[in-house]
Amino acid sequence: MSIANYLYLSAILFTIGAVGVVVRRNAIVVFMCIELMLNAANLAFVTFARINGNLDGQVVAFFTMVVAACEVVVGLAIIVTIYRSRRSASVDDASLLKR
Amino acid sequence: MTTSSNLVWLIALPLICSALLLLAGKRANAWGHLVATLVSASAFAIGVVELFAMLGRDVQDRPVTQKVFTWISVGDFKVDASLLLDQLSICFVLLITGVGTLIHIYSIAYMSHDRDRRRFFAYLNLFIAAMLLLVLGDSYLNLYVGWEGVGLASYLLIGFWNEKPAYATAAKKAFIANRVGDVGLSLAIMIAFATFGDVTFKGIQAQADQASSSAMTAIGLMLLLAAVGKSAQFPLQAWLGDAMAGPTPVSALIHAATMVTAGVYLITRSNFIFDAAPTAQLVVIIIGVITLLFGAVIGMAKDDIKKALAASTMSQIGYMILATGLGPIGYAFAIMHLLTHGFFKASMFLGAGSVMHGMKDEVNMRKYGGIGKYMPFTFITFGLGYLAIIGVPPFSGFYSKDKIIETAFNAGGLKGVLLGVATLFGATLTAFYMTRVVIMTFFGNERWGHKDEPHESPALMLIPISLLSIGSVASGFLLYRNHALEYWLKPIVNPAGEQHLEELVQPIVVSALAVTAVIIGVSIAIKKYRGEISSEAPVKVNLLTKAARRDLYQDDFNESVFMRPGQSVVKSLLNFDYKVLDGLVRLVGGISIGAGQSLRKFQNGYVRSYALMMVVGVLALLITVWLMSS
Repeated sequence: MSIANYLYLSAILFTIGAVGVVVRRNAIVVFMCIELMLNAANLAFVTFARINGNLDGQVVAFFTMVVAACEVVVGLAIIVTIYRSRRSASVDDASLLKR
Repeated sequence: MTTSSNLVWLIALPLICSALLLLAGKRANAWGHLVATLVSASAFAIGVVELFAMLGRDVQDRPVTQKVFTWISVGDFKVDASLLLDQLSICFVLLITGVGTLIHIYSIAYMSHDRDRRRFFAYLNLFIAAMLLLVLGDSYLNLYVGWEGVGLASYLLIGFWNEKPAYATAAKKAFIANRVGDVGLSLAIMIAFATFGDVTFKGIQAQADQASSSAMTAIGLMLLLAAVGKSAQFPLQAWLGDAMAGPTPVSALIHAATMVTAGVYLITRSNFIFDAAPTAQLVVIIIGVITLLFGAVIGMAKDDIKKALAASTMSQIGYMILATGLGPIGYAFAIMHLLTHGFFKASMFLGAGSVMHGMKDEVNMRKYGGIGKYMPFTFITFGLGYLAIIGVPPFSGFYSKDKIIETAFNAGGLKGVLLGVATLFGATLTAFYMTRVVIMTFFGNERWGHKDEPHESPALMLIPISLLSIGSVASGFLLYRNHALEYWLKPIVNPAGEQHLEELVQPIVVSALAVTAVIIGVSIAIKKYRGEISSEAPVKVNLLTKAARRDLYQDDFNESVFMRPGQSVVKSLLNFDYKVLDGLVRLVGGISIGAGQSLRKFQNGYVRSYALMMVVGVLALLITVWLMSS
C-alpha cells in the first residue's frame, strides 16, 4: 500500500471537516468538525515524519493534540455559556457583533 | 510747494467722530449730534483758515500738500497717501464743510424724533470725511478711496430707514449704479498706470503731452463713465430719483450739493487728460446735453416734490458736465455753477424738508397747495432758491448758467449753435418745472385733505435755510464779479490762459436770450397751473408726460436690457454650478458610499460565512502558490 494514501485520507478528512464547519449550524457539531480538521492535520504530520524518516512531524502532532485539548476546554466553556444565556447552540444566532 | 500739517485733520476729525458715535452706542444718544455738528464746523473752520493762508501767498505757492504716510512701496512703484489742497479743492472743501455744517444743524431738528439720530449723524460725518478725502487726494488712487467712501455713505444714508423694503431697494439700486461707474474709474487708473507708470495728478499732468491720443481718449472715456455713475448722468441716472428715499437733509447734502457733483470735480481735476482727448470731450458734451434735457423733461412731470428736485439736480449737473466738455474756458464756469447750485439746491431741498415737516411727511405736491400762507419763512427762502435756479438776474443761478450758455454759443460753428439752443431750451424747461413746483406747493387751492394746518418749522431748521438762501442770492455775483472764480481757478484748469476763439455772440445778447427763455418758461407754467389743481394726478395725459412720469423708461430699459439677461445668466451659471460642478463632487462621494455599502455586506456577523471566506481565501492562496511554483 502506497504511503500517499495516508495523505489522501488526511485531505478527505480535512475537507469533510471544513465543509462541516461551513454548512452546520449546531456549535457542537462545528466544534467536532474542527477537531476532525485538526486530526486530519495530525495524520498528515505523522505521514510526513514517516516519509522523511525523522521525528519532527510526530513531535508537532503531540503539540497539536495539546493545543486541541486546550481549545476544547475553552471552546466548550464558551458554547455552554452561550447556550445557558441564549437557550440555543446555533452559531447563526450568535451574530450580535454585527449590530 | 507749501506743506501743511492741518490737512489731515480735515479728514481725520469727522472720521474719528463717526467711529466714536458708532462705537459708543446708546451712551452717545444724548450728545452725539452735537459733537458731530461741532466736528463738521471745526472742519469748516480749518477750511477757512487754509483759504486765508492761501490768499496770503503768491499764485504759484498757493497749492498745499501734506504727505500722511507711504501707502504702497513696491520697487519703483510708490504711492503716498498724501493730500493736495489747491485752488480747486479749497472750493470743494468750503462747500462740503460749509453746507455740510448747515445741514448738520438742520438735521438736529429734522431728525429729533428719530430714534436713530446718532447713527444718522455718524453716517453724515463719515460722508464728510470721505468726500473731503475725494477732493483732497493728490492721486487717482487716493481719490478712489474717497470715491468709494462717499458711495458707501450714500448707500447707508439712502437706506437709513431700511425697515421699509422700498427704501432698502433704492439704496441697493444707487449702490449698484454707482458701482458701474466705479469700474470705469478703476479702469482709468489702471490705464493711466500702464501708460504713465504714475497715478498722481502732478505726475500724469507732466507727461500728458507725450502720451498717445488713444490712451488719453481711453482714460478720458473711463473717467467719464465714473463721472456718469456718480453724478447721475445719462444713461446711469436712474438711481437719483429713488435715492430720494433717504432723509431730506441727505438729499440736500449728498444728492444735490456735494456727492453728485463729484463727477464734475473728477473731469475738472483731469482737465489735462480731457484737453488732450477731443473725442472724449465730445462725448462729455453729448452726455451733458442729453442729461440736461432728460432731467428737465422728467422734472416737468413729477408730482413728488423731492423727485422733481432730484430731476432738476440731474439737469443742472448736465449743465456742469456740458461746461466741462467745452475745454479750458468751461471748467471755471462748471465749478461756478456747481457752487451756486450747491447753495440754491440745498436751500430748496431743505425748504422741501421744512414743508414735509409741516405736512406730516407728505411729498406729493398734488396734496399741497396754498402753503405759502402758513409757512411764510419757508416760502420766502424757497422762492429765493427758485429765482436763483431759473436764472433771474441778479440771483446766483443767472450768472453761472448765463456763462455756460455763453460758452456753449462760443464753441463755434454748428456745434456752438446747437449747444447754445439746447442750453437755452433747458433754461426754459427749468423755468417751467420750477415754477410748477412753486405754484403747486405754495399757491393755489389747499388740497391736503385734513383739518390740521401746516405749521412753520423750528428755528433750528430755518436758520440753515436762510443762510443757504443768502448764498443762493449772493454767491453768483460774488464769484462772477471781476472774474473772481475764473482767475482763482486759472492756474489749475486753464494754465495756458486760453480765451474764447472769438466772441461769436455778445455776452449781453446771451443774457437777453437767457432771460427771455426764462420768461417764456415761467409764463407757460403760470398759464397752465393758474387755476384749480386736482389733488389726483390726471390719468389722460399725452405720451411724453406718461414717459416722463416713468423717468423716460430708463428703468424699464435697464431692466429689460441689463437686469433680466443678467439674471438669466446668473441663473444658468447657478444651474451649471449646481448640476455639473456639484454633480461631480456628489459623484465622488456617491462612489465611496456605494463601495462602502457593497463591502459592508461581507461583514454580516455569521460565523459560518466568515469561515467560508477563510476557506476560500486559503484555497486561493494555495492555488496561487501552486501556480507560481509550477
